[in-house]
Amino acid sequence: MTSSTYTPVSQQNPGTPPREFVDFAWTADNAAEAARIIALYPAGRQASAVMPLLWLAQYQMRDATGSAWLPVPVIEFVARQLGMPYIRAYEVASFYTMYNLKPVGRFHVQVCGTTPCQLRGSDDIMRACKDKGLKKGGSTPDGLFTLTEVECLGACANAPMVQINDDNYEDLTYDSMTAILEALARGEMPTPGSAIGRTASCPEGGPTSLLEVAG
Amino acid sequence: MLADKDRIFTNLYGFQPWSLDAARHRGDWEDTRSLLALGPDAIVDAIKASGLRGRGGAGFPTGMKWSFMPKTPNPARPSYLVINADESEPGSCKDREIIRHDPHKLIEGALVAGFAMRAVAAFIYIRGEYIREAETLFAAVREAYAAGLIGKNACGSGYDFDVVVHRGAGAYICGEETAMLESLEGKKGQPRLKPPFPAGAGLYGNPTTVNNVESIAVAPTILRRGAAWFAAIGRPKNEGTKLFQISGHVNKPCVVEDAMSVPFRELIDTHCGGIRGGWDNLLAVIPGGSSVPLVPAHQIIDAPMDFDGLRDLKSGLGTAAIIVMDKSTDIVRAIARLSYFYKHESCGQCTPCREGTGWMWRVMERLVTGDAEPHEIDLLLEVTTEIEGHTICALGDAAAWPIQGLMRHFRPEVEARIARRKGFVQVPNAIAAE
Repeated sequence: MTSSTYTPVSQQNPGTPPREFVDFAWTADNAAEAARIIALYPAGRQASAVMPLLWLAQYQMRDATGSAWLPVPVIEFVARQLGMPYIRAYEVASFYTMYNLKPVGRFHVQVCGTTPCQLRGSDDIMRACKDKGLKKGGSTPDGLFTLTEVECLGACANAPMVQINDDNYEDLTYDSMTAILEALARGEMPTPGSAIGRTASCPEGGPTSLLEVAG
Repeated sequence: MLADKDRIFTNLYGFQPWSLDAARHRGDWEDTRSLLALGPDAIVDAIKASGLRGRGGAGFPTGMKWSFMPKTPNPARPSYLVINADESEPGSCKDREIIRHDPHKLIEGALVAGFAMRAVAAFIYIRGEYIREAETLFAAVREAYAAGLIGKNACGSGYDFDVVVHRGAGAYICGEETAMLESLEGKKGQPRLKPPFPAGAGLYGNPTTVNNVESIAVAPTILRRGAAWFAAIGRPKNEGTKLFQISGHVNKPCVVEDAMSVPFRELIDTHCGGIRGGWDNLLAVIPGGSSVPLVPAHQIIDAPMDFDGLRDLKSGLGTAAIIVMDKSTDIVRAIARLSYFYKHESCGQCTPCREGTGWMWRVMERLVTGDAEPHEIDLLLEVTTEIEGHTICALGDAAAWPIQGLMRHFRPEVEARIARRKGFVQVPNAIAAE
């Protein structure tokens, strides 16, 4: 690059990403939300807002395109708003695993495979996904599902579990996981939470403590 | 067993709403102003007297930590409280229950603790995967602001205090306190060298204390009921109540609040319906989240579940995330999966950890199948000691310890796999198959 002016990364490689993202801008609601978020942090520390703004952008992408991800122009947009170099924002977007740097399916199925879930049968959950045509690390051809094996999602007393978009499905078996995927494919929203009807992380069959205040 | 009247988290399972009205009914935010009227030093003294030790894993005395903060803050360098809700240690799922079912305990605790350390604001850093939990927390903070409980003149005390909820985005390392500060500043979550410690130079270079959610959420109740009440529960130096999280091969996994120092057997029989297949079927337990070494069945069955009791077993209470493994467990695979976890979560800053976690994982994967040389066990142990203590943060240690625990207690099993694979030993099943 011989020019002294900065060429946005998104325009250095024409063709990728698609042009429609280059003109990314907040919706009116999100513009107000972004301003509110930036004001939460001390003056001069607006870089602190980079994570919440990347979240906001990823949600806006999901609403607009059905795929929750962050194309380069969107990261550039956030960096510009916060007055930080693109690379600083990209560094953040690439460091944290929940920012998707490539498109994901309409339903991002994240199967926890860490030891507490493994002990309770996460292998079966992964098998249920594969038997429905999902492939680890990829999306189905219809763009409906992306399957990722993730590290501990912090619901270990309700293992095995998956997170699909914003919701947890817990206490799963091969059959209940299969039923969830089939329901999603039919366009239904299965009820999140325990698949065996437990209340949160209360012992199955009813609480052993808090008996006076329970119910 | 801890009596119901001594439980702090009375809405642990969410049988009641989390809202401000319901929380007030449970006793939260009741005359918080008079708690603040005690003054910062009296609050710190009460927390010290209660014996509360940090609930995030290290077990450092909470009151003492608060006392490290400047007594007369420089207005140009305001003090901050950062609350660690980046609960990511495999096995841990207690802060989640506090946040989604009792968020006002946490917010009230933030005000009380922040006031005690003369902070101007609290940042609650919640892990990105807790999406619904964060929604609840955002809403609870809005409620508290609207009711004048936080913000300008919080609770009518004349003290101004802000609470900001900040979402992570999927990085275990941000649970390390200085990585969390980096992340809050809008950077990659890579730990800082200490010193300077956060109490001297933390968030934005200002004095900062980082506390676990549970440590903060119990503070108002301790002040209301008195340090002596809290200190009377559990063994000396291990006082108080604790949220235990039991996962793995028990009949009824759950999260439950019980007394510190409760014997392992009592905890499991009372709340979890026993070990799957009975007590004779217990193989080993990881008592404090994935970072602590496992303990074999015979050692843990009657052990007190507290900081010192588990340290005596060369393990630790950690976050009291108890991962139970029965005799059906492939123990080598279970630990190898943890090695993969640490490889995945290494931030890449320090060479011993960045390279070592991957190296250890690859060896562990071969040990699962026995596709290794016998001397590689000692080589692996040697490498764990080269990583342990040679990195900026404790992730290197956390990656090393599970492997050391495995070899300490199950080395014959690992050696047998290598021997079987090499054909030195006939496998009984193989003979039967012939």
